[in-house]
Amino acid sequence: MPKNPSIKKVMVIGSGPIIIGQAAEFDYAGTQACRALKEEGLEVVLVNSNPATIMTDKDIADRVYIEPLTTEFLKEIISREMPDSILPTLGGQTGLNLATELSDSGFLDKHSVRLLGTKVETIKMAEDRQQFKDKMLEIGEPCIASKVVENYQDALEFAREIGFPVIVRPAFTLGGTGGGIAYSEKDLEEIAPNGLRLSRVHQILIEKCIAGWKEIEFEVIRDSKGNAITVCSMENIDPVGVHTGDSIVVAPVQTLTDKEYQMLRAASLNIISSLGIEGGCNVQFALNPKSYEYAVIEVNPRVSRSSALASKATGYPIAKVTAKIAIGYGLDEIINAITGHTYACFEPVIDYVVVKFPKWPFDKFVRAKRLLGTQMKATGEVMAIENSIEAALMKAVRSLELGIYNLELSHLKKLSKKELLQKLHVIDDERIFVVAESIREGVSVDKIHEITQIDKFFINKIKNLVDMEESLATGLDREKYIKAKKMGFTDDVIEKISGDKIEKPIRSSFKTVDTCAGEHKSVSSYYYSTYDSKTEHETKTGNKKILVLGSGPIRIGQGIEFDYCSVHCVWALQEEGYETIIANCNPETVSTDFDTADKLYFDPLTPEDVENIVNAEKPDGAIVQFGGQTAIKLTKTISRLGVPILGTAEKDIDAAEDREKFDKILEECKIPRPVGKTVFTKEEALEAAKELGYPVLVRPSYVLGGQGMEIAFNDYDIIEFMEIINRVKQEHPILIDKYLLGKEIEVDAICDGEDLLIPGIMEHLERAGVHSGDSISVYPPQRIKKNFQDIIVDYTKRLAKALNVVGLVNIQFVLYEDEVYVIEVNPRSSRTVPYISKVTGVPMVDLALKCVLGKKLKDLGYGIGLYKESEYKAVKVPVFSFEKLHDVDTSLGPEMKSTGEVLGISKDFGEALYKGLIGSGLNIPTENANVLFTVRDSDKAEAVEIAKQLYDLGFSIYATKNTAKRFQRNGIPAKVAAKIGTAQPDILDMLQARQFDLVINTPTKGRQTERDGFKIRRKAVELSIPCLTSLDTAAAVINSVRRMRKNHKNSIVNITEI
Amino acid sequence: MEGAAALKRYLVLENAKVFEGKAFGANKDVIAEVVFTTAMTGYTETLTDKSYAGQAVVQTFPLIGNYGMATEDFEGDEPKLAAYIVREWCQKPSNFRSEFDIDTFLKKHNIPGICGIDTRELTRIIREKGTLSGMITDSLDKVSMQDIKSHRLVNPVSKVSTKKAYLSKGTTSDFVVAMLDFGLKKNIVRSLNMRGCDVWVLPHNTAAEEIITLNPDGLFLSNGPGNPKDNKEAIKNIAALMERKYPTMGICLGHQLLALAHGFQTTKLKYGHRGANQPVMHMPGKMVYISSQNHGYAVVGESVDTNVAEQLFVNANDGTNEGLIYKNLPVISVQFHPESCAGPLDTMFLFDTFVKMMKGGRYAT
Repeated sequence: MPKNPSIKKVMVIGSGPIIIGQAAEFDYAGTQACRALKEEGLEVVLVNSNPATIMTDKDIADRVYIEPLTTEFLKEIISREMPDSILPTLGGQTGLNLATELSDSGFLDKHSVRLLGTKVETIKMAEDRQQFKDKMLEIGEPCIASKVVENYQDALEFAREIGFPVIVRPAFTLGGTGGGIAYSEKDLEEIAPNGLRLSRVHQILIEKCIAGWKEIEFEVIRDSKGNAITVCSMENIDPVGVHTGDSIVVAPVQTLTDKEYQMLRAASLNIISSLGIEGGCNVQFALNPKSYEYAVIEVNPRVSRSSALASKATGYPIAKVTAKIAIGYGLDEIINAITGHTYACFEPVIDYVVVKFPKWPFDKFVRAKRLLGTQMKATGEVMAIENSIEAALMKAVRSLELGIYNLELSHLKKLSKKELLQKLHVIDDERIFVVAESIREGVSVDKIHEITQIDKFFINKIKNLVDMEESLATGLDREKYIKAKKMGFTDDVIEKISGDKIEKPIRSSFKTVDTCAGEHKSVSSYYYSTYDSKTEHETKTGNKKILVLGSGPIRIGQGIEFDYCSVHCVWALQEEGYETIIANCNPETVSTDFDTADKLYFDPLTPEDVENIVNAEKPDGAIVQFGGQTAIKLTKTISRLGVPILGTAEKDIDAAEDREKFDKILEECKIPRPVGKTVFTKEEALEAAKELGYPVLVRPSYVLGGQGMEIAFNDYDIIEFMEIINRVKQEHPILIDKYLLGKEIEVDAICDGEDLLIPGIMEHLERAGVHSGDSISVYPPQRIKKNFQDIIVDYTKRLAKALNVVGLVNIQFVLYEDEVYVIEVNPRSSRTVPYISKVTGVPMVDLALKCVLGKKLKDLGYGIGLYKESEYKAVKVPVFSFEKLHDVDTSLGPEMKSTGEVLGISKDFGEALYKGLIGSGLNIPTENANVLFTVRDSDKAEAVEIAKQLYDLGFSIYATKNTAKRFQRNGIPAKVAAKIGTAQPDILDMLQARQFDLVINTPTKGRQTERDGFKIRRKAVELSIPCLTSLDTAAAVINSVRRMRKNHKNSIVNITEI
Repeated sequence: MEGAAALKRYLVLENAKVFEGKAFGANKDVIAEVVFTTAMTGYTETLTDKSYAGQAVVQTFPLIGNYGMATEDFEGDEPKLAAYIVREWCQKPSNFRSEFDIDTFLKKHNIPGICGIDTRELTRIIREKGTLSGMITDSLDKVSMQDIKSHRLVNPVSKVSTKKAYLSKGTTSDFVVAMLDFGLKKNIVRSLNMRGCDVWVLPHNTAAEEIITLNPDGLFLSNGPGNPKDNKEAIKNIAALMERKYPTMGICLGHQLLALAHGFQTTKLKYGHRGANQPVMHMPGKMVYISSQNHGYAVVGESVDTNVAEQLFVNANDGTNEGLIYKNLPVISVQFHPESCAGPLDTMFLFDTFVKMMKGGRYAT
């Protein structure tokens, strides 16, 4: 079927801010879809609240709205744009839910807008547990057998029917209290009656226990004609039970015979055909490792994280093909863009293996529970391609940027065999390392399999790696060296283990990802490194070659914004006539799309891997300033290899990072910074803090793998932080700086070596103390006087000049008692670059790149100095994923915690702020709400102001005794809520009973109260009750409540018109 | 990597390219036509597929033997391929049905293997140069380029076809099918048996008259190795049988022989179709199915007399013929393997079609 001619204008809904479970993969999918639609001559309207995305660029869609993803705003946009169709299946669950809601409300019918791709009924069927189960039953696909029962006899009968073991899950008990696994009737006799008693409704769910079954996934795609194919199969190394996003995944499946494979493949096709899916879809199975028994776990009737992985693993562009199917094409009419001459209606075959490894935030959140289960916790992932499981696994591990280069965690070395055996039972992020360590300690493969249920195939692969380590430890010879290289050992690791110097290091060759295992010629230049004699990389354009280093996995502090910058850098380079080479290891990104750069090297971003690429390509230059800290860290390697770093020089990058050198520069520039000291010991730290006066900021001068910075308010804090920091031996001093509680201001500037251009100044809404990535950022500044803005521009100029910045620089200031101080300078792109580019209309990466290539700002058409202020106000609001991460304190501090962000844009500041808050998903109560205050003493005076405003809005105010008294004295009739454990009900009980709609809690320092505050904040998160930890944020929220009550009509902004 | 303690072994191609790898399987020198298959699962079925008779098979997927081998998955009683070429073979397979590893299997059947070579480079050479001959040996001293270049596979069907006729009973005995065995895959027989057919498996050179005496409800022409034109006797027999207007189905070599019996042409493909991902378009409904394939020769689509037959399936990638439906006879044939094993089950329906044809129905899906 050819393209449907009645489709002319399509709206694409994005997935909003990056949160755990919904990351950059949807920017990749959405961007690919928009480009596919534009390729067909369609007009594309794009909506997404996330400004850091590539999809919200002018070049990607014709009309772009960075507006809150709510039906209210979508209706406004649809009414204005009048698209004839909506493509909802590429914006994750968010996009899908919104489209379904719009359709249900009848709004789409009324405006004659149709939904493209899979039908709404199908989507609903896939998501409704019961409906889905019924459908599976109808088409003969088994689900995990389960039944709700109300008495023991029924429980027993059902358990007998489905066979032991069974899982008993009591209905409506918190955290599954009273449940368990019954392996026999005897067990059930114990567990079931107990579960029934504990359940509020006297019901238990008896479910077939499939612990230890294999988890297998299929990415499938189907067109409206009914052609259906599988793109990729994937096998989770972790058996069923760990969320697939938290599992180490291998593609294609490794341990299934053809009969098992074809059985599940046929089931996948049966499912998507019966459901009538049109486009990409993901099907997850559990497979009994000892029989042909299987169960369908889940179907995602849309493009997902797994689709991104499958696309990158095979080269098959699922999102693009999904978009083409949605507008009417059949799979047999879509050309396979990798080979350029075969069609999309085939099944990719690969001649390598792929390992996906999750990137968890536990290095940042050291106190978070690391246990893995059905709730995903990873913020991102890496992918590795190699010829063996061993080598792919090794590549994946070093791609994580945890400072580890083989399957070894130093702290596990201290454990005894017995402790290791115990730890093998724990399913957490370290399990694979525990497996390796257990093998080193002599635990048998069988024993490990028995405990972990991980297939022996994979355990044996890990054993091969350990065996190689042992062999290396006996000394090195050439044959062994080559063998170790083929297994994925880096030279550093080989030298470290063997104690021998490698005489003649070998460098990798490169093979192509071509969707067809070499059967057909391909036109793509998508490579991975391996150790074969024959290499396949070729010169593409004959032009000068520039290597652009990407930013690796999405993590807290380094998100999608750096992929935005890398991709723009590539595009700008292409425009300037260069051959572009990108290196990255994150499968969720646009930068790793096979047609973004002229060449893609999908490999880890470590010195040795980059050296391999440089050795193969011999680029004429490299660019590190757009790939975040990941790329910056590789500056020395690149320089050592003799490749010119384009833009700010290596020594200047170093000067910005090295404390002493940087202090000297500030001195020369006569720019003040908060006073500070360097210390090594706890005693020195206490001394320094005393001298500087609390609060002080404590941090290691070189941050490795996690321990970040903390603000110390007293000696106790210093002692605690120093202990945490010194758990890892510090080779560099620890920095103690005076902490200035002023207004934070941030600037991104472009420099050409002589002049600079500042597109805009941003002001943080929260006062200092909150990491810039976690604070609400406002452009243009609303509260910074002109003279201070002038000083900021001046300081920026001086610093850029002193650091010889060529390209981008990000500087953070604090305005404290009418004095501007510099806190930090980053001679690279920053988190705020995409958003400022979009709001001001200054294409920052493009201009920076041109400067890097030697052009002058004066000639680039955007002027120099501070760019004219936009008539639009933009408010960037951070988004957190706290509900996914247990035991993480939600209070904000100098260590970044947010996973993503949204933007509110309007000519009116109040409206921009409102849009930002709404877009961030903050559930702001507007009427008759109960507000709980628990604030630290120093905030009490200010809290009165806030409480008064809320009271005037008709809200009921609750507070702990002393605060309530103070409120009452100020004419606010506050009610008292009992401190935790002092009465019944206490604050926690009241929260649990949902008696509060909003919590304002400013973290107190001091032990007992801190723990109480923590409990309150966590409780609020778990119950989805908004909890504000800064009075500045609270004031902003009140502002928005007023706005909502006045029923302002919202304006919407097409940012391509800015 | 695994198997590393093994001895060196070489693959020498007729263009003088030498691959150095490690030995596994039997210790034996062979000269054979080198072909690659892109299937990622199903090496057991590949190893026991008689259509590979006399060929050295390269697996493009790098990890082979992961799930061991189970006898019940064999497609032929014993392997007929000449040699096996993989990047890495798995010494510690893992699957609940696994009986032995592939090394044990190859040793038992006296088939040499070579591992640890760059199979992708080898595949690309075959893709560029077309299928070529090669020698697998433990010593380069034994190599004669002349022998490699002059190597030809001669009438392999006679070496793999059953020597004696036998009956394979169906679940019910609704139909009797006469099956000419050119090197058949067992799942063809299984697929017919489970559809209520008693199958007489007959030697490839069984005379037409003998078949007629069986009074079959249908005729089936199996897959098999080699150049279809080598099977002159079979072609003649098939032509004779056509006059009886038996409902007939052919697979792979069987498809080619039917075409030749009708005077159409076959040709050698540059490097063949071997794998489990080949898209074939069903011409009546223009639907695409994914199929399992293993063939080096094909029917020339342009040689088909459209008064006699029409293209039933066409390869969606390169447009080569993948199946024919005959106009005045109840005869269909396909180039691919609807019986799968290994490979997708997408076109299993063709067996139902064949049964319907025996019931007197017209071709319909």
